[in-house]
Amino acid sequence: MNNQIKQDVKKPPVINIGFIGWLRQNLFSTWYNTTLTFLGLYIIYLAIPPFFQWAILDAVWSGDDRTVCEWYDENKVKYKAGACWLYIKVWFNFFTYGFYPDELQWRINLAFIILAVATSLLFIPNLKNKHYVGIFLFAIYPIIAFFLLSGNETLGMKHVGTHKWGGLFLTFLLGSIGIVFALPLGIVLALGRRSKLPVVRILSVMFIEFWRGIPLITVLFFSAVMFPLFVPQGIEIDNLLRCIVGLTVFGGAYMAEVVRGGLQALPKGQYEAAQAVGFGYWRMMALIIMPQALRIVIPGIVNTFIGLFKDTTLVFIISLMDLLLTVFTSMSNPDWMGFPFEGYVFTALIYFSICFSLSRYSLRVEKKLMVAHQK
Amino acid sequence: MNVRADIIKPPKQDIFKSGKFRSIVTQSIVMVLVVGSIGWIINNAATNMEANGISHGFSFLSETSMFDIGYLPFIEHTPTHTYFNAFLVGLLNTILVAVLGIFFATIIGFLVGIGRLSDNWLVAKFCGFYVEALRNIPLLLQLFFWYHAVLRILPRAKNSLNLGDSFYLNLKGFFMPKPLAEVGFNYVLLIGIFSIIAIIILYLWAKKRQALTGQQFPIFYSSLAIFIIPVLIVFFLNNSPITLEQPVLKGFNFKGGIRLTPELVALLLALSLYTASFIAENVRSGILAINKGQIEAANAVGLQRIPILRLIVIPQAMRVIIPPLTSQYLNLTKNSSLAVAIAYPDLVHVFAGTALMQTGQAVEILAITMAVYLSLSITISLLMNWYNKTMKLKDS
Repeated sequence: MNNQIKQDVKKPPVINIGFIGWLRQNLFSTWYNTTLTFLGLYIIYLAIPPFFQWAILDAVWSGDDRTVCEWYDENKVKYKAGACWLYIKVWFNFFTYGFYPDELQWRINLAFIILAVATSLLFIPNLKNKHYVGIFLFAIYPIIAFFLLSGNETLGMKHVGTHKWGGLFLTFLLGSIGIVFALPLGIVLALGRRSKLPVVRILSVMFIEFWRGIPLITVLFFSAVMFPLFVPQGIEIDNLLRCIVGLTVFGGAYMAEVVRGGLQALPKGQYEAAQAVGFGYWRMMALIIMPQALRIVIPGIVNTFIGLFKDTTLVFIISLMDLLLTVFTSMSNPDWMGFPFEGYVFTALIYFSICFSLSRYSLRVEKKLMVAHQK
Repeated sequence: MNVRADIIKPPKQDIFKSGKFRSIVTQSIVMVLVVGSIGWIINNAATNMEANGISHGFSFLSETSMFDIGYLPFIEHTPTHTYFNAFLVGLLNTILVAVLGIFFATIIGFLVGIGRLSDNWLVAKFCGFYVEALRNIPLLLQLFFWYHAVLRILPRAKNSLNLGDSFYLNLKGFFMPKPLAEVGFNYVLLIGIFSIIAIIILYLWAKKRQALTGQQFPIFYSSLAIFIIPVLIVFFLNNSPITLEQPVLKGFNFKGGIRLTPELVALLLALSLYTASFIAENVRSGILAINKGQIEAANAVGLQRIPILRLIVIPQAMRVIIPPLTSQYLNLTKNSSLAVAIAYPDLVHVFAGTALMQTGQAVEILAITMAVYLSLSITISLLMNWYNKTMKLKDS
């Protein structure tokens, strides 16, 4: 009997399952979906093969100068190969370190390696005493990095002025400001905004809303032009430092709103329980509230950081040599003019890979937190 | 009576340990610190400015500026005009970019956001690629890409890309015909306004009738008829009082028509494509936030695809979408200040750039610029809050 039925069960028609079924369901389900599919395929046909041809097949990867990428025959007719990646190769050192002297670049590399090792320690699961690593990163590392990068004559390290700092290294430096300085400022501002003291609350609200209401460019102008006016005469403030202060204040205002979200999301019971065991304000915040609130808003912090990292390109306006400006400068070099696409594609890829992986990370944390919340 | 005597009076609190006292002391300290440091800053600024011979006050606004501005779609500016005029030009250019950018970004953002949820696999992947690519690359880089790489390979004016002999695209910008009103256009305008009033009355009536009787009125087609028919009749009775001023190639450049400079085109492209990628994500999450039961219920009562989208999905999704949409509009407006990087004469470029360099009055000029952006931000968020209120659930 059972066997009989089994034999009678018909398989679904072959066009409804497997690859063909998938195609029918996802690409050709209705007449307009079919139209859209063909339109999409046409656009892909228009875009992908020429790009592939340009970026890979016809590209120039090595050589000595621009004549391998672009040359003239005896009739002065211009010939052009595909993408001139040689241009990136030639300028790579400049894109990475700016005007930092070649023989001292090991100091940047060392600072970066220390940072990478310390940060990767944070990601090892079940490592004990992680907070020491955190303290090292936030409090001690900036000092070490400063001495490594800037140099110190008494320690026998040659001084390198900040006007020589540049490239990807400067971009990383400015970006890390977003975390190292802006986050603590944001925490303080968020606490101020949630404070019971009206004066503190109103001042924090004004501060946050003011910096969030104006564009970063005006903040940078402000720090570049007005800052020197605000300090007593005779004190010279470094251009980079001015910019860092501007970025910190700007980023801090945005971080404050993210942290405030975390503070508001915590159940009231947490505050009451902390007060019930006799904790004062600061102990309650530092030991009970903040650790939980910050954990909730890690995705928000990472997203704000991504925004800040992209915004560091604006230091272009006050002529700090970040990655974008080094690429831009190389484009106007008479020996290597005429390869803007290569330069922009290269820069875009760098920014994209950093921002995209960070955003994936924040998404993963968000999902993990959601699961933990549901448990 | 006995009991009353037993009531224990609260212990006399030490006034210095009471919460109230501490709160007052903390607040006073904060106040003194803030006021003190602001005073210190102002004092320093005053001494520094005096030492450097920088004048102060806002009288410079009425002085004549000594510079030209390249792109002036609205009002004139020559070196004999005042700094205040330059300020107005910059402000109008900023508003122009912000309004156009918001318009395009909204359209593209909604299309891409809905496209990402399409049941067509290819369209969904394509929109996903768009969003991930554009929002992870800095806006300034995209702006440079459009301005310095893409718009630079356009042909010269002589070999412009030509669309129907009316629209031209070349190195000097985008040219299109300019409509000019002639005698009699006022009547057309008047009739148009009357038709719109009639449509509003009809709409209110139809809504009331539907609420009372449940009968629907073909409001869309009837209002199209009410608007188009009288306007067209008056338009032709007055011998078509609109002429198009065509852009014409004269020498090396086009004359006449409306010109969008390459700076404006690049800025619009970058701003609207970049912001659209964020708006698309807001739209997507707004649509995903709708309870699945809503759509199933709509299907069950026999609604078609388009009415479901128009009557069920979008009104509910809008409530989720509007708050983040507001902040995207604000971001676009603030990001329009990137114009300074490609020398589009917006507020920052004209006023906080050129005028600041010439007068040296950094404090006043930056204060005005910041105040303008702050008030633009506040205006947009007030408008959107008002719109948000009208879209809210009525019963809650």
